[in-house]
Amino acid sequence: MTLTATRTRWLQDNGVYVAVVALLLFNVLFTSNFLTMGNFRTQLIQAAPVLIVALGMALVIGTEGVDLSVGAVMALAAALIPLYLGYGPLPAILIALAVGLAAGGFNGFLVARVGIQPIVATLALLVAGRGLALVIANGQLVQLHDPAFLALGTDDFLGLPISVLVAGVLAILVAGLVNRTTFGRQLVAVGGNRRAAHLAGLPVSRVLIGVYAITGVLAAVAGVLATSRLAASDPADIGLLMELSAITAVVVGGTPLTGGKVRVLGTVMGVVLMQLVRATLIKHNLPDSIAQMIQAAIIVAAVYVARERR
Amino acid sequence: MTTTLASTRTKVLQRQGAAVALVVMVAVAWLVFPRFGSLDNVRDLALQGSFLAVIAIGMTFVIITGGIDLSVGSLYALGGVLAAYGSQWGFFTALLLPLAVCGLIGVINGLLIARTSMAPFIVTLASLLFARGLLLVITDEGATTYQIAPDSAFVELGRGTVLGFGYPVFIALVLALLGGLLLNRTNFGQNVFATGGAEQSAVLMGVPVARTKVLVYAMSGTLSGLAGALTAAYLQSGVTVIGVGTELDAISVVVIGGTLLTGGAGTVLGTMIGVGLRTVIQNIINQIGTLDSNFQSVVSGVFLLIVVVLQRILRR
Repeated sequence: MTLTATRTRWLQDNGVYVAVVALLLFNVLFTSNFLTMGNFRTQLIQAAPVLIVALGMALVIGTEGVDLSVGAVMALAAALIPLYLGYGPLPAILIALAVGLAAGGFNGFLVARVGIQPIVATLALLVAGRGLALVIANGQLVQLHDPAFLALGTDDFLGLPISVLVAGVLAILVAGLVNRTTFGRQLVAVGGNRRAAHLAGLPVSRVLIGVYAITGVLAAVAGVLATSRLAASDPADIGLLMELSAITAVVVGGTPLTGGKVRVLGTVMGVVLMQLVRATLIKHNLPDSIAQMIQAAIIVAAVYVARERR
Repeated sequence: MTTTLASTRTKVLQRQGAAVALVVMVAVAWLVFPRFGSLDNVRDLALQGSFLAVIAIGMTFVIITGGIDLSVGSLYALGGVLAAYGSQWGFFTALLLPLAVCGLIGVINGLLIARTSMAPFIVTLASLLFARGLLLVITDEGATTYQIAPDSAFVELGRGTVLGFGYPVFIALVLALLGGLLLNRTNFGQNVFATGGAEQSAVLMGVPVARTKVLVYAMSGTLSGLAGALTAAYLQSGVTVIGVGTELDAISVVVIGGTLLTGGAGTVLGTMIGVGLRTVIQNIINQIGTLDSNFQSVVSGVFLLIVVVLQRILRR
């Protein structure tokens, strides 16, 4: 292998880390008030729900699928919270997570058993899910006052915001799932070559249903945390376009859309990168319009660099 | 050739399932809601459906090549704003500016998809963001809404009627006819099917796969821009907030119309039937009145699901 090829390859694998480091350096040097705890807190809290959803998305994309319904599942979870908060925060949260599990399991069933393409199978829930959430909530934003529930979104534990801790723990769990368990190995095999995995006797359907179910639960977790932070259940707005942010972070982090590979740390870095880009642009007073166009350029550049080797 | 009755029936259901559903829906609505069949309501329905139809025709071509275009909703909004912005320099600027800009973005989508191995999903996702950004730049971060002068000839394009039916209805019908002919009667149409059917073999057979891809994305972009321009003409202003989620509406109606997301098969007629179904469902829900309008998306989602599950089961 020539030197240039090695270097290109290295960049393909590590581009997202290079970009994150470069952007951090830039901010430390040129952005006032960047190195403050307050700023870090804000950035982390904003990034937490995206990361939680992106972790599930990375798993689905690893199976050569995609889940467009995650934003709608967040809205569903949000809509359920005020209905059951009267029984206490824990039952309300558990019901929201159970519905996320059911929604994800349903997606997985459609993909694995009925054989519908992931993009269409999950599109149906994207279209119906938010509508259903709005029907449940009567189209209304509901203010929440339960202090224990709101603590989730506002309080700290061990010096870190709870939502950030949850995101961090989930990232470690997902990384463990992918790299250390049979399920993880099966997942990668199913994504790499489903037919071969099937012939090798792997439980392809079970793996697929499991992956979509996990993604549904994670989306519900993100919905619960976002609701708690807002101190309101807002099914019309919560998780809007989340599917696109999550897919972007996963792909920018180096997980190929063609499946067969899941990069959990890359996904974390992808979320961090997109968050940093937005923060940098805002802090330098660039308007939203330019920020969006730059994000678009970064997505294309990242995917171009990391595009599948033939 | 011996075909059993059952398999013929299956085939009819598979090919014409959406059409059968449309006929049933229309019949039920006609009987249940006295206002449904009124000429006014039919004219409204046709107009409402025409904007989505223009976008969905382009999407049909893209999906038949095995691709997807997520940027159409943004380009639809951008086209509307550009048309309203351009209307201050007359009719042709108002019409050509959105077609040119949205078409160009479509060409760039196509070039990136055809010349690099980047997934259409990601490329058009980026242009979804890019087009919204561009729209915000033109409208001063959404603060400016460009109005079209009421006496402008361009307004006529959206407001004018023949027999009470708006011009956009006829434009959509003509485009659907042209799209159908293009797909089924020309070399380009053959190339579109070949590209989506089996890309590797198409390349080996000398089909200009790259050029075909660039052309379908260019078409999709241009048509989205046109739909935006027509909407702006109808509303007499460029509305910045429209088009969010339109890409998913367009994909749904194409899929409901029987075009396979795996590529290689599909029809423009099916897409038009899909648009009809969606518009009628929407109208029925409005007619029920007491029903929460949010049910509209629930019903659409469930319907999409039923159609794709049926397609899948019948294909076995």
